[in-house]
Amino acid sequence: MTEFLLGAAGFILLTVTVGLVRILAGPGNIDRTAAAQLLGTGGIAALLLVAGATGARGAEDVALGLALLAAFASVAFVNSVEQRPSDNAERADP
Amino acid sequence: MKSVADIFTIVAVCAGSFFFLAGTVGLLRFPDSLTRLHALTKADNLGLGLVVLGLLPQANGFLGGLKLVAVWLLVQLAGATVAQVIAEALRRRGPPP
Repeated sequence: MTEFLLGAAGFILLTVTVGLVRILAGPGNIDRTAAAQLLGTGGIAALLLVAGATGARGAEDVALGLALLAAFASVAFVNSVEQRPSDNAERADP
Repeated sequence: MKSVADIFTIVAVCAGSFFFLAGTVGLLRFPDSLTRLHALTKADNLGLGLVVLGLLPQANGFLGGLKLVAVWLLVQLAGATVAQVIAEALRRRGPPP
């Protein structure tokens, strides 16, 4: 059973590496963010599978942390790139 | 003989991996950003959901399973909000070509 789980984790990591192509080729930065989010989730799935297979302590916590960071990274990136007119409006009013 | 739980795990994890593959293929093949966003959220939530479902019988004890479900819920929420934020940024940028 554990070798099956490790095999599945390897397969998911393979799909993640294939997804990296989109990060390289992605026309806009927004596509790269979306790709990073998907790859984050792939990493989480692989982590959970390895945790289930090897019973390593704390691997689920690492997956939890990765889930959080992936979300923050995407949102932070989008906020930094897109200058929202609404922000300027707030800044304009005294 | 493999117990029922093992068979269930194998089937669920295989289905989950398939959805990851579908998500990645969708990420690569879809024409523009908005459709890629669709591939992103649907595929990874479903893929991760099935993987977690498959891992539940393997998890040690009730708390382990609860933690797995917690990870999946967090990814659900994070994926949905990120997709909304990205879609809004895309819409603000103007109609896709």
